Amino acid sequence: MKIDDLLKQPSEWLKGAGPDAGIVISSRMRLARNIKGFTFSDWADDKTREAVKDLCKRQIASSNFMKNALYAEMDKISPVDNLLLLERHLISREHLNNPSGKAVFVSEKEIISVMINEEDHLRIQVLQSGLNLISAWDILKALEKDLEAKLDFAYSEQLGYLTACPTNVGTGMRASVMFHLPAVVMTRQIKDILEAISKLGLTVRGFFGEGTEAIGNFFQVSNQVTLGHREADIISNLERVVKQLIAQEENSRKFLIAKKREQLEDRIFRAYATLKNAHVINSEETLELLSLLRLGVETDIIKDVKISSLNEIFIIIQPAHLQKMRNKKFSSQERDIERAKLIRNVLGGNTKNV
Amino acid sequence: MLCDICHKNEAMIHITEIVNDEARELHVCQQCADAESMHMNQGFGIADLVSGMVGFPGEAREAKEKDLKCPTCGMAYSDFRKLGRLGCSECYEAFKSVLIPLLKNIHGSIHHTGKEPEKMVASFEKEYTGKKINVVTKEVKIAELREKLQRAVQTEQYEEAAVLRDRIKELEKNKI
Repeated sequence: MKIDDLLKQPSEWLKGAGPDAGIVISSRMRLARNIKGFTFSDWADDKTREAVKDLCKRQIASSNFMKNALYAEMDKISPVDNLLLLERHLISREHLNNPSGKAVFVSEKEIISVMINEEDHLRIQVLQSGLNLISAWDILKALEKDLEAKLDFAYSEQLGYLTACPTNVGTGMRASVMFHLPAVVMTRQIKDILEAISKLGLTVRGFFGEGTEAIGNFFQVSNQVTLGHREADIISNLERVVKQLIAQEENSRKFLIAKKREQLEDRIFRAYATLKNAHVINSEETLELLSLLRLGVETDIIKDVKISSLNEIFIIIQPAHLQKMRNKKFSSQERDIERAKLIRNVLGGNTKNV
Repeated sequence: MLCDICHKNEAMIHITEIVNDEARELHVCQQCADAESMHMNQGFGIADLVSGMVGFPGEAREAKEKDLKCPTCGMAYSDFRKLGRLGCSECYEAFKSVLIPLLKNIHGSIHHTGKEPEKMVASFEKEYTGKKINVVTKEVKIAELREKLQRAVQTEQYEEAAVLRDRIKELEKNKI
């Protein structure tokens, strides 16, 4: 598979299926692993990083999970391709920095990605649509078992899997769920909820993970603690909280529909109209309006739009996607015009000049 | 209040994070916050601040630990403070005296209870013909769970405590 092939189909994790696929966008499970006997990536010299990359590349490529996989070395592909992988959540922001020796494997349907020489030698992640932590974990476990048979991971009996950052040591596992919580935000409960979550050993982040803001009412909740708990307990703890959040969002939606229906419909239809007709739109406004439209679709106020189309818009309105799809480099003003065209196109609105 | 990173400027940014009901605070000045963000080329996450937390708040202890160096990868303790990341797996041993309290602070525990490499399990079983090692690890596990249970009760996390109690019961029942 090549990078350009990614553009031909939407990511599997954005298909809008799976349990609670309305409120929960996706579930992600990640393991951090290092190879015994090699210096950690950030402290290693180029020669060591190359050696780790070659060793991991050989072993991962031969795994059954990686048939027809995409393999890319970050210092060999173009900046726009690097950005494209980031926009599809297949690599982290950190993976763009200091690219020497860094590489990534992406499985055929973009369910699995393995980053080589990120903060740790290996960052193995599985993405699933909807609330699907357990199935993501099953895939991840099987893949890890496969790799473990061929690679010696750094492990201590007391501290578990050893990672470059002490915040990941132990299980090396991060489970996260991406949510869309517009009604909770509208009813002004979000602050209390976020505070409560942080007391449970969980963290909340924005759409693109660590260090990003929550835009368009999208939040990512993940476990913070990795040492002293079993993987299954960490997952079920997160899942319990996730289910409470879903219930809270559902109740808030019911409240809005029962008590503020006109105001709610007004905001949703205005958002829909703007997206269908705008000729210049920046990404921030797009995400905010998409959030409202999504709420409209999920509450059956809007009936002629599919969640999967909204998910598609999310991804293709980003700069690298726009540039790749139109095969042209845009200034940020041109980008806002192209973005508006693409959205009109997907939503079947005013398609003049598309 | 002085910045926890440079110890020179007045701290302007205050971060409180709560893990297992224990509050942990970090105070940094604007310059250090900026420098750290620039260095990481991304947001100012708590993980990036781990370096700043080591040795905090006791400066006296730090003097002794400044000389620590990992014999395997050559990382000095001061490098770890600057980078916030360890150099290699042996650093965990080399910096044990600072890392253990740090881990306790971050995770509320210093014992891994999750899955272990299968190779390791297999070789243990071969060596000890299964049973013996099972008994030992099980007892260690039960002791660990008891410790956690106690902590959960103390901090009034009764839901957690009930889960722990059930797991201890289950383990004891299956004792060989």
